[in-house]
Amino acid sequence: MTRLNCFQLPGILWLAGFSLLAFTNCTPSGGTTGALSGDAASQVYVAPGEYDEFYAFMSGGFSGQVTVHGLPSGRLLKTIPVFSLDAEKAYGFNEETKPMLQTSKGFIPWDDSHHPELSQTKGSTDGRWLFINGNNTPRIARIDLTVFETMEIIEIPNSGGNHSSPFITENSEYVVAGTRFSVPYPQADVAISSYKENFKGMLTYVSVGEEGEMDIAFQILLPAFDYDLAHSGKGKSHGWTFFTTYNTEQKTSLLEVAASQNDKDYIAAINWKKAEEYIAQGKFREVPAKWAHNVYDEKKHSATSTMNDKVKVLIPEDCPGLVYFIPTPKSPHGVDVDPTGEYIVGNGKLSSDLTVHSFTKMLAAIENKAYETEISGIPVLKFEEVVAGAVKDAGLGPLHTEFDGRGNAYTSFFISSEVVKWKIGTWEVLDRAQTFYSIGHLMIPGGDSADPDGKYLIALNKITKDRYLPTGPELCHSAQMYDISGDKMKLLLDFPTMGEPHYAQGIAASKIVPNVKKFYPIEENEHPYRALGEKDTKVVREGTDVHVYLTTIRSHFSPDNIEGVKVGDKVYFHVTNLEQDWDVPHGFAVMGANNSELLIMGGQTETLLWYPKEVGVIPFYCTDFCSALHQEMQGYIRVSPANSSIALSWSLGEEEPVQ
Amino acid sequence: MFLAVISLLCLFLFPMWRITLLAPQYPQGVTMYIHINKIAGDSPGTLQNVNILNHYVGMKFIEPESIPELKYFPYIILGLSFLGLIAAAINKSGFYFAWCVLLVALSVAGIYDFYLWEYDYGHDLAANAPIKIPGASFQPPVFGVKQIINFTAISYPALGGIFAGLAIPFAFMAGWIKQKST
Repeated sequence: MTRLNCFQLPGILWLAGFSLLAFTNCTPSGGTTGALSGDAASQVYVAPGEYDEFYAFMSGGFSGQVTVHGLPSGRLLKTIPVFSLDAEKAYGFNEETKPMLQTSKGFIPWDDSHHPELSQTKGSTDGRWLFINGNNTPRIARIDLTVFETMEIIEIPNSGGNHSSPFITENSEYVVAGTRFSVPYPQADVAISSYKENFKGMLTYVSVGEEGEMDIAFQILLPAFDYDLAHSGKGKSHGWTFFTTYNTEQKTSLLEVAASQNDKDYIAAINWKKAEEYIAQGKFREVPAKWAHNVYDEKKHSATSTMNDKVKVLIPEDCPGLVYFIPTPKSPHGVDVDPTGEYIVGNGKLSSDLTVHSFTKMLAAIENKAYETEISGIPVLKFEEVVAGAVKDAGLGPLHTEFDGRGNAYTSFFISSEVVKWKIGTWEVLDRAQTFYSIGHLMIPGGDSADPDGKYLIALNKITKDRYLPTGPELCHSAQMYDISGDKMKLLLDFPTMGEPHYAQGIAASKIVPNVKKFYPIEENEHPYRALGEKDTKVVREGTDVHVYLTTIRSHFSPDNIEGVKVGDKVYFHVTNLEQDWDVPHGFAVMGANNSELLIMGGQTETLLWYPKEVGVIPFYCTDFCSALHQEMQGYIRVSPANSSIALSWSLGEEEPVQ
Repeated sequence: MFLAVISLLCLFLFPMWRITLLAPQYPQGVTMYIHINKIAGDSPGTLQNVNILNHYVGMKFIEPESIPELKYFPYIILGLSFLGLIAAAINKSGFYFAWCVLLVALSVAGIYDFYLWEYDYGHDLAANAPIKIPGASFQPPVFGVKQIINFTAISYPALGGIFAGLAIPFAFMAGWIKQKST
């Protein structure tokens, strides 16, 4: 085992090793294609016109969006706008979706999306919804997988950054949100050095209703640490959620050193069933907190934003049995629960070992009050009473673990840039595969659920370097797919991704495809400015506001000649797409629009606000090549001086203009 | 004889005729069902989609409300069924054969009407149609498969039409059995 050489590198090297130093010192013998064999191409080949077997949903990272890929081909199928503006789809630009990006801090056009999480029923992914967290301005979004659109965004108050989120419970009872940065509670103008006295870390449970609707059920006030990642229990550990912490040193500066001193940090184990009891008993404090709740109505084709002003907070001192700390070595990053719910893997990112805790032992330690100490009324369990075992010298910089449902676990190691396969229970390393380069998260479809589909593993790499044709200083992030169906992992495919995909989720296409909608039934359109046929089209002036009720159908706008608009007006183009066929969107663009185009699906209404600034006749046109006569799909709007007496009129074809 | 009447009345349950259009952009095809009282598609938007396609070459819109046959056809079928029941009540072979001949005559007339209707849609094109193809006919077939520019049109009787067709041999058999037994 020449590999041992890299593990024997002095500690100082691997602290500095968040470069590729460690990696370059242990260049694998297999070359940069790994164990690529001749039949890899046929394993990822999806013939023209055929469907991929799996959907993969990847966080867009600093793009704020979600991308949808097919597996095994890796093909990009769609970008779903979630937390960031998207001019292509008018997301955040049209009047209907502007409320989706409202927060207590006003309109926020961007976020940093990290962890997609599919809804689950009995621990299995069910294909109804995808949740994803916004890290910067703390939020959780819900995407409806019948339309692949963002339907709801909820803001998380009392949080400094929503990283350990959403990590759903096994029947989609809750999605969770833990603050990565502890902040003063309540927020106040205090010295940064007063961290220990004034700062707190808040965990949040967001309930998920029958129709997916979210609400903040309660928050739990914890000591000021950094809450990094989480996973909810399943099976026997259903009813618990586990959050990793770092910076239990409680430092505020030069954390790369200062927060890496403690030998062990904690995994916070939250008994959320207990929390429900305390809420029912009224043992919460209702505290003021501003948070926005934005909901898109599929019938009105419009979102509304509601501002809320309080939350229920549980304080562990008042609620015994609610929270326990499990000591876990070296700043654990991901915390992952195996499919049975028994084993809780703490991926100590500054360690070469992986620590695995036992849920059964944890319950016994709680029963026997095997406490090491207490922090703010929270018992710290004795490490040796909870630990089940460790995967020794597995690699450098373990970050995340997923499972294949066959008793094996797969852990990503950032520094040594590899995936390591190991056996649950015996903790022996079975196989290792290099990644190119420096893997962060990894994903097996259903790999964090009770029911993994252990056929493929996706490595989501942080560094790309020379993997593709160079594109200047900025490169795409690279995903890699491995066949894990056999004893040895086999690299099959590299494919580029958008932004920085942190986590991803995968699901059998058969769980989603039968429910996918092809268009919106026009008779169900309840948009207040809809026009359900060309007979309903009109132009209405209300002071300086002009409402144009416009329709699209192959291949014309109705009306397509509009006069009587004046400089200084605010013109709202309410465009209804009358098409009732799959894949016939129409676009709408008008010269000088300060926002974006519209891209309207069949049966939908969207509104573009346009300010006519100069006198003239301005063209508008369809941006989506809709038909053989797409290029003819155009119109004119005449802009007259502010003091003009030209009356509003509109027409289509040879008919007399309507006034 | 009752079988014949029941078969005929199946027209109220199932469509008479089915026309499917296939093209590269429509791999699953666009299918219209002609019932005795309406024209429907395989989805609520089908008729609109067919009309959108037709308007490029100037074909008239298919508007079921403006097709008179769809209004009086149900009464003809009801009347015919009533006559069939009377024939059964009289129970004479001659009446069965007469009913049979009447049904054949009306079926031929109906199919000829269908042909005229298709001819009209396929040939009466708007003068200002965006796409004009000299010599092309857009008339779908009554029975069989035909290429209409980029579309393959497939037209066959549907379940209701097949049952209505079966009414003819059923009635004939009723007459024949009666004749043999007397």
